Amino acid sequence: MKLLLKIWRQKNANSKGKMVDYPISGIEGDMSFLEMLDVLNQELIEKGEDPVVFDHDCREGICGSCSLQINGEPHGPDRLITTCQLHMRKFNDGDTIVIEPFRATAFPVIKDLMIDRSAFDRIQQAGGYISVNTSGHTVDANAIPIEKDHADESFNAATCIGCGACVAACKNASAMLFTSAKVSQFALLPQGRVEATERVQNMVRQMDLEGFGNCTNTGACEVECPKGISLENIARMNREYLAATTKG
Amino acid sequence: MSGFASSSIARKVVMALSGLFLVLFLAQHATINLSSVISPETFNKWSHFMGYNAVVQFILQPILIAGVVVHFVMGIALEIKNNRARNIKYVKYRGGANAPWVSRNMIITGLVVLAFLGLHFYDFWVHEMAYKYIEANPEDPTRYHAETVEKFEPFWRTVIYVISFVLLSLHLWHGFASSFQTMGVNNKYSPAIRSFTRLYAIVVPLIFIFIALYHHLNPITHS
Repeated sequence: MKLLLKIWRQKNANSKGKMVDYPISGIEGDMSFLEMLDVLNQELIEKGEDPVVFDHDCREGICGSCSLQINGEPHGPDRLITTCQLHMRKFNDGDTIVIEPFRATAFPVIKDLMIDRSAFDRIQQAGGYISVNTSGHTVDANAIPIEKDHADESFNAATCIGCGACVAACKNASAMLFTSAKVSQFALLPQGRVEATERVQNMVRQMDLEGFGNCTNTGACEVECPKGISLENIARMNREYLAATTKG
Repeated sequence: MSGFASSSIARKVVMALSGLFLVLFLAQHATINLSSVISPETFNKWSHFMGYNAVVQFILQPILIAGVVVHFVMGIALEIKNNRARNIKYVKYRGGANAPWVSRNMIITGLVVLAFLGLHFYDFWVHEMAYKYIEANPEDPTRYHAETVEKFEPFWRTVIYVISFVLLSLHLWHGFASSFQTMGVNNKYSPAIRSFTRLYAIVVPLIFIFIALYHHLNPITHS
């Protein structure tokens, strides 16, 4: 397969980037998208050029590291997958593929296609946890009965890998889907209810401080999320937030 | 509460509540206007009541104007904030791959409706204020139907009204159901809310379009 790659190249966070064309050949349909980039980088290294920097780690759709905007969509044209799970068979011989970093003011580019997603870490640190005494007297989580529906919904919310595709897909670069998944996974469980009021207030406050946009319910985030996180979580977070506000 | 007032969710709630209030107002407006086609006497009666009732004029009308102003000012403020949230735009962005056009272009449909409201206020509200408070004309409970029909005589005004109602339909298509999601309603009733939204977004603007076309095609002949 012969392809023309148009890739965002940017030296560092302070420099101005630009799109650079890279023709590439010998690409197999069974290769993953990241393996295709590995082939390109090998060629660049052999030519003595700077390889394209991109985020990756587990390469099996778990870690949420890979973060490419491929032909105008986060994680490419397929659904419910991360970039590392995207295969080159989704493309045709002769295609032009535009590869950009996830774009958001809160996700500044570090180099080329690598972005700083620590804004998500700070939102998580603002309340995405439960305070548990781990001094040896911790109550077994299974000792507290939890309704099956709630357990399932909480688990579904907890499958969010924090990749940032929701922000990348949203026309407003909103982080509501991510934040709401992290709020929901605890709000649905009795262990999480104890700090529910402070949690939603603190996480929403941090989300706003990071400079993400406002959700306008387009639903793009839900469609592009590799884990299928539902918009129901945003509605739940809104309910939680309004309820928390009445409590003060 | 100060944190709440400046939060992104509070702003969304303000948009949703003011939008739902305007949706309710539209239904009432469409109902009264429809009477101008069915019974000019009924239309005159209702219009006179709305024009001279103290509660409508000095309580409901200011609330309505405030609702319109809040909805548009907040909408534009949020649009500016959302634009800032992506300081470098994508070279290639396939918005249509994951979200419908209407949901991504509420600012366009909203601004067209806002521009239309400028004309609509000039046509009816400014005229009404001038009639009552500047020219200080006496009450005439029979004038409204003729005044309304006369407004739709020019072809250009009828076209502008029709186009604006099409854009209003697109705005309602996303906005109405979206308000419920913002208020935290996403449950087994949501499909019904979306269906009702689509019905409402088609029927109400169609009523307004029908009225505009009807009056344009059936002018009052002065003998």
